[in-house]
Amino acid sequence: MSGLETHLRARRAAGAKLLVPYVTGGYPGWQDAVRAAAANGADAIEIGLPFSDPVMDGPVIQEASEVALRAGATPVSILDEARTLDVEIPLTVMCYYNTVFRAGHERFAEQLVAAGIAGAIVPDLPLEESGPWCVAADGAGIETVMLAAPTAPDERLPRVCERARGFVYSVGLLGVTGERDALASTAAALAVRLKAVTDKPVLIGVGVSNAEQAREACRVADGVVQGASVMRRMLADGPDAVGAYVAEVRAAIDGRS
Amino acid sequence: MSLMAEPSPDGRFGEFGGRFVPETLIPACYELEAAFREAWADTAFRAELDALLKDYAGRPSILTECHNLGAKLGFRVLLKREDLNHTGSHKINNVLGQALLAKHMGKRRLVAETGAGQHGVATATAAALLGLECKVYMGAVDVQRQALNVFRMQLLGAEVEPVQSGSRTLKDAVNEAMRDWVATVETSHYCLGSVMGPHPYPWMVREFHRVIGDEAREQCRALLGTDPDVVTACVGGGSNAIGIFSGFVDTDAELVGVEPAGGAAVGRGIPGVVHGMKSYLMQDEYGQVLEAESISAGLDYPGVGPEHSHLHSIGRARYEAVSDAEVIEAFQLLAGTEGIIPALESAHAIAWLVRAAPELAGKTVLVNLSGRGDKDVGQMMEVLGR
Repeated sequence: MSGLETHLRARRAAGAKLLVPYVTGGYPGWQDAVRAAAANGADAIEIGLPFSDPVMDGPVIQEASEVALRAGATPVSILDEARTLDVEIPLTVMCYYNTVFRAGHERFAEQLVAAGIAGAIVPDLPLEESGPWCVAADGAGIETVMLAAPTAPDERLPRVCERARGFVYSVGLLGVTGERDALASTAAALAVRLKAVTDKPVLIGVGVSNAEQAREACRVADGVVQGASVMRRMLADGPDAVGAYVAEVRAAIDGRS
Repeated sequence: MSLMAEPSPDGRFGEFGGRFVPETLIPACYELEAAFREAWADTAFRAELDALLKDYAGRPSILTECHNLGAKLGFRVLLKREDLNHTGSHKINNVLGQALLAKHMGKRRLVAETGAGQHGVATATAAALLGLECKVYMGAVDVQRQALNVFRMQLLGAEVEPVQSGSRTLKDAVNEAMRDWVATVETSHYCLGSVMGPHPYPWMVREFHRVIGDEAREQCRALLGTDPDVVTACVGGGSNAIGIFSGFVDTDAELVGVEPAGGAAVGRGIPGVVHGMKSYLMQDEYGQVLEAESISAGLDYPGVGPEHSHLHSIGRARYEAVSDAEVIEAFQLLAGTEGIIPALESAHAIAWLVRAAPELAGKTVLVNLSGRGDKDVGQMMEVLGR
């Protein structure tokens, strides 16, 4: 399998908008949810490694994380299970920095490689603190996605994009993960600012809440990350509902609905 | 770097500290650092804060020698009486500083976490005084055990939000306050209650509490003609301890932080990263943060301020842990011998005096009595089965 950025660039070059669903690793049935998402049009998938103190996550992903942790999930058990997924698209992890730091930068990067993971998203690791992890990740061939926030001044965005591998995660709003009634005005504004300074794929995530909002986001961005809207369906109805939802978003951003 | 000076530009005390927050908050951290730096160097701001500390909070707090307790334990015991400040603890020093700074920065709203409720009450107080909105996050468990402080905050005009996630104590209140701040960063200031969090908080909060150590040092020299042999304080996040340590770090005094046995981050922790900082942290082998367990809601925290981790790692301060049972004894001991009811948090430092009496014989020990125990009387009635 090719790397994350290579794959996303190729899809974009072929005219596709990019869809990256998020699934909380270790939540009962999570592997089936990943397979269902892959089978229904995901371009890559984020696997959340649950953390005890997820400060960037709203109630839905907090709940999924707590359930996974109570079920005994650990980063090691989830990566072991990820190894056997056998899907044809790149996988990344979404994890908080203490998970990385506790394992050790090099060791964690090796664990990801061994599990067939292509990238990592670490939402509480800003540019200033990213150095030691990025050195280890680059060395192991793990692509570290950087987040860019609506609050960032113009001078910061090129530096964030420069450091980003895989894609640039354009944070859609001021706030934590979770569904909102409408796409925030900040979402398009930041994506436009990012597209002006980088050629890397720019995906909007956080607060992109349904197929219609995904389509709206894709007017300016290269694609979307879908987290809480996926996991709400997973919590309520399980992996099949995840597959159906991914298919619905896929159709919307492809202009087929 | 001289001890307890400004941290490095990336917010490090030795290897600890830093700015481990989501990108969204990074500009706010820079803005706050610049605003604090400017205000702290501005004589007008300092005069405004000093006036509030004196005429509103009641500073300077007095130094009390405990003759009865001293006779019983076999060494001189001095208390720095932060319990006598307005709102009942040292927390007001930091809160007045941050609220004033927030106002200078044009923020309209304060967000705070609280454990026992002392920081929440102090923040609600400053918000009422300075005309700011205030929202306080408090773990649902703590809302139960500190009902009086919840009502106090509401009376002061603050909205108190019980936090139902995780261990439903201080750690989770911090998570929820940070989530609020991520969403409201343009109009709200996060009034963090301890020497923790991302840079510049550990440094800024220390500077706001430095007044404790500065006053105590002068008071000790006036009383003793010299410095005390030992300076001690309880440590949860560690703000009252940092405040008093800062006055004595360059003396020969031994510095002792006292943690609860169920929340001994320095004693039992391993370096980790949570709540914006790298510091000692109670965590499992995968980096999941463990739940602290202490009788004292204010110390019920699995982490500790990064400067304490640094002072420990270089050996300038030592950290001891006392059990809930020892704390309950100490709470009654100070009340019975000196007529002073300490906060359960502060009673940790007293508990250590009792335990360490043999090694302290003949010495002079300064204790930061960080808060008063009114808030804990209901809980102690239950504990003591009265």
